[in-house]
Amino acid sequence: MSILDSKIPEGPLAEKWNKHKAAIKVVSPANKRKLEIIVVGTGLGGASAAASLAELGYKVKAFCYQDSPRRAHSIAAQGGINAAKNYQNDNDSVFRLFYDTIKGGDYRAREANVYRLAEVSPNIIDQCVAQGVPFGREYGGLLDNRSFGGVLVSRTFYARGQTGQQLLIGAYQALNRQIAKGNVEMYSRHEMLDVVKIDGKARGIIARDLVTGEIKRYGAHAVVVATGGYGNVFFLSTNAMGSNGSAAWQCYKKGAFMSNPCFVQIHPTCIPVHGDQQSKLTLMSESLRNDGRVWVPKKKEDAVKLQKGELHPNDIADEDRDFYLERRYPSYGNLVPRDVASRAAKERCDAGFGVNSEGKAVFLDFKYAIERLGKSVIEARYGNLFQMYEKITDVDPYKAPMMIYPAIHYSMGGTWVDYNLMTSVPGLYSIGEANFSDHGANRLGASALMQGLADGYFILPYTIGDYLADEIMTPKVDVSAPEFAEAEKEVTARIEKLYNIKGTKSVDYFHKKLGHVMWDYVGMSRNAEGLKKAIEMIKEIREEFWKDVRIPGELDNLNPELEKAGRVADFFDIGELMARDALDRNESCGGHFREESATEEGEAKRNDEKFTYVSCWEYKGEGAEPALHKEDLVFENVKLTQRSYK
Amino acid sequence: MSKFLTASIGRKFVMSLSGLFLMVFIAVHLGLNLLLIFDDSGSLFNEGAHFMATNPLIKIMEPILGLGFMIHIIWSFFLEYQNWKARPVKYAKKNMSGASSWASRNMLILGALVLVFLVIHIIDFFWVIKFSPEEIEHLAKGDYDLVAGLFKESIFACILYIIGGVLLGLHLSHGFWSSFQTLGVNNKFWLKRWQVIGQIYAVVVAVGFSIIPLYFMLGLYK
Amino acid sequence: MADKILKELKIKVWRQKNAKSKGKFETYIINDISTGSSFLEMMDILNNDLIEKGIDPIAFDHDCREGICGTCSLYINGRPHGPDTEVTTCQLHMRKFKDGETIIIEPWRARAFPVIKDLVVDRTAFDKILQAGGFVSVNTGGVPDANAIPVSRDDAEEAMDAAACIGCGACVAACKNSSAMLFVSAKVSHLANLPQGKVEAKSRALNMVSKMDELGFGGCTNTRACEVECPKSISIMNIARLNREYLKSRLSR
Repeated sequence: MSILDSKIPEGPLAEKWNKHKAAIKVVSPANKRKLEIIVVGTGLGGASAAASLAELGYKVKAFCYQDSPRRAHSIAAQGGINAAKNYQNDNDSVFRLFYDTIKGGDYRAREANVYRLAEVSPNIIDQCVAQGVPFGREYGGLLDNRSFGGVLVSRTFYARGQTGQQLLIGAYQALNRQIAKGNVEMYSRHEMLDVVKIDGKARGIIARDLVTGEIKRYGAHAVVVATGGYGNVFFLSTNAMGSNGSAAWQCYKKGAFMSNPCFVQIHPTCIPVHGDQQSKLTLMSESLRNDGRVWVPKKKEDAVKLQKGELHPNDIADEDRDFYLERRYPSYGNLVPRDVASRAAKERCDAGFGVNSEGKAVFLDFKYAIERLGKSVIEARYGNLFQMYEKITDVDPYKAPMMIYPAIHYSMGGTWVDYNLMTSVPGLYSIGEANFSDHGANRLGASALMQGLADGYFILPYTIGDYLADEIMTPKVDVSAPEFAEAEKEVTARIEKLYNIKGTKSVDYFHKKLGHVMWDYVGMSRNAEGLKKAIEMIKEIREEFWKDVRIPGELDNLNPELEKAGRVADFFDIGELMARDALDRNESCGGHFREESATEEGEAKRNDEKFTYVSCWEYKGEGAEPALHKEDLVFENVKLTQRSYK
Repeated sequence: MSKFLTASIGRKFVMSLSGLFLMVFIAVHLGLNLLLIFDDSGSLFNEGAHFMATNPLIKIMEPILGLGFMIHIIWSFFLEYQNWKARPVKYAKKNMSGASSWASRNMLILGALVLVFLVIHIIDFFWVIKFSPEEIEHLAKGDYDLVAGLFKESIFACILYIIGGVLLGLHLSHGFWSSFQTLGVNNKFWLKRWQVIGQIYAVVVAVGFSIIPLYFMLGLYK
Repeated sequence: MADKILKELKIKVWRQKNAKSKGKFETYIINDISTGSSFLEMMDILNNDLIEKGIDPIAFDHDCREGICGTCSLYINGRPHGPDTEVTTCQLHMRKFKDGETIIIEPWRARAFPVIKDLVVDRTAFDKILQAGGFVSVNTGGVPDANAIPVSRDDAEEAMDAAACIGCGACVAACKNSSAMLFVSAKVSHLANLPQGKVEAKSRALNMVSKMDELGFGGCTNTRACEVECPKSISIMNIARLNREYLKSRLSR
């Protein structure tokens, strides 16, 4: 083993977590009061961690760039949260959830972490119910479940189409309670710009007050980064406008390894892009594929007419429709996993069968479901979604098919963490989407919420004690230390440098350009040539950016353009690392599809012999090539098989 | 109690209770007034007025009613001022017509206009009946003649009283269901019911009070 | 279906440098906006124009752009979240506007929501109200099994209706009194409908209302403007419930 120690406990899979909990150190209540923890980000992971740590007695400082912790993008998750409760008596179990997650992740996640995730999942549901999360219920008053994304059991708990919102509000309420008690100091409209290390350990952060522009220092005995994913590197994604990878990137620059950055999930059912002025994509719940049939025209001339607006989709006869998912994957049909559905849509559109003016959309048609079940049933199931679709597109999905197209949705890759969720920097933790640990190369539906809350409520509060137990003699961190001064100086210099470029083009101009490169070469299907090209192109755009970006406004005032500029500057670096990682991984697995590694029919082909590892990138300085370390994945409890949905 | 009255909900509670109390009074008042048009000789109305003036219960209620009015009126100005303060910078453009009824947004204006009418009304009748009965005796008239006389003589007075009735109706069109909402005596089933009852009540009050001057104005009496 | 192009729009927008400075309206002209664009995309385009002209772009709050985070605000042509129902500003589309129209954009106006810059207001008052009692006092761990207490489906649905609140502040912006009653009542009602939340229902109502009053929101006069403008259609029946809960707790102590 190299410098990476994943600290996975010995013993049988099912006993690892319990044994580990028994073995790790615990901090006494009296000492907890003296220890400070910084939590950056207040989504499901951050809010639940901040609240739970404060309940334990630690002094917590929580940060978010939004105006309130409640606005974190976890709120936008729609479908639900998985848990191995087996309430439906359908033979679900911790092992089955573990197995589905490992398999769904295309065998690129750690067994021990995933098993632990499945193991704590039932506790999450108990906790959320106790907090007052209004989950959907049966008439008897007990909790209801849905099935989700190609698994064989019903284990998904939901609160209408707003599960993420309700879970986040639950965590936010718990956080509010601790804020009111004085155990958490909340810093909203603050953005973390650097992590500060003293004697090799994370001891604080530098943050900018987004309202006053002040750069401030905050010290703590440990720093937890829960800042979500970096999907906005693609410019257009389903992530919130402010979602960014900067906090994670600063950790990387301070020595935290970045793992599997090329693993991003592309969601097949988003509302297609219109024009070139769009700034954000809207996700339509995956549940729509349960009843909608996906198709494009069989004849190219029909597609061309559709693109020109000369033909209405309803005028295309059934025999002239190509239900390509049903054709290619007869057993799973429209319910194939996200990555497969996305690539299939892209394949048809690239072949010229796209159905909107841009040629980048496919139909999702409810005509057949309405004929079969009646309009009222469809309305009860999808009424809200249909209404939202109509508000956005002005098309009534009861009368004409929806148009959908894939979009970037989630980053499975992220900061490398050990079994304790600690990064390769002592005292620096990463939880939720920000870390790499549980989803491998592809995340299953309804598992993101589960992971965020598992990390925040039930894992980090235990594991962080193991580190902090050795810190009880460390006095309150002094922010006048030279390391803080140095970091603050660097941050200020970088901001001033950006601000003083005073070029001619807006931040968005560069971000869009980067997004195009990422989508075209580091998107749904990738090849060595394209990836190499992308690396070069990103370098060029970055250079142009640092010469010609224009940031208006003031430094000491609310300045959204300045905020964006800082984030986009990091996206160039993240994008480049993603391309490097994708280039290294010459296999197709999960969301990562290398054209060089495909079957004759064009399906993904994994290469377990060469690539059963987690890539871990180490920063080697500005402009220098990062070093690649590999954490080998060991599978003792599952047999690796090629996924097939035929 | 002091905590209750300084809380926004407590303050509203006072408006609601005093309003409901006044609504009971208005119903009684309307019933009595309608006697004006059912007996042109005036004896029915005079009898009613006499009963109201001499009944001990009504005598007790009279100052309470006065207090009810005072509380409802003074409190409303105070509350409106509080609410006005909650938005120091006003909007340049407002488009609230689709979102709420005109009456609901202008309860203070409606109330103030009703108050102006009330003052004139008190000077016209109540003051005379209550504090200078000798004037009525001097004119050798009963209460009926005082009221009917004014309406018969002055079209202006008739119109004023019709406007008064309509303003009161508008005020009640929001005030009625709103009182129950404030007391918390409302849910998704009762909302519609309160509103329908409230609208009926408001129309009855507006039409009922207007019909009297109209009756005299159009010369329908014998 | 087919998107049209709005050739010219006049955007009259509130500009205010910071909390302390006095603001004023500025009018900008913007050309060739597709009716298929969202309102905030129009704002993005306008801002890009302004940046190119060397003018400070208009600051406005926004984040998820799918109508759920509650960050976006804007009082557009006299209505919070603009001329459409059951949408947030980020879901509002330009097909709701006519070519040549003047669009007036103002920040939420309320004493409790001071302007930070241009159209950005400070809504931490909402956080403070919730910190006063908008939670169930349970720590992580040690809770009973999720199915230990059955909850009637109707109660759960009613709780969910109220819990759908996104905390955007449109209710305050729409209310002629800048009252936060709909927001407060949504949380009180959400939790009071569930057995887990009933335990603290009394103190919750009292504490949240007194915090709301302290922060300078106005009182409710039942105009119902809030529920009409609420992007999530939160019902004023929650306010009736809050009134009831409040009276009950006041009378019992």
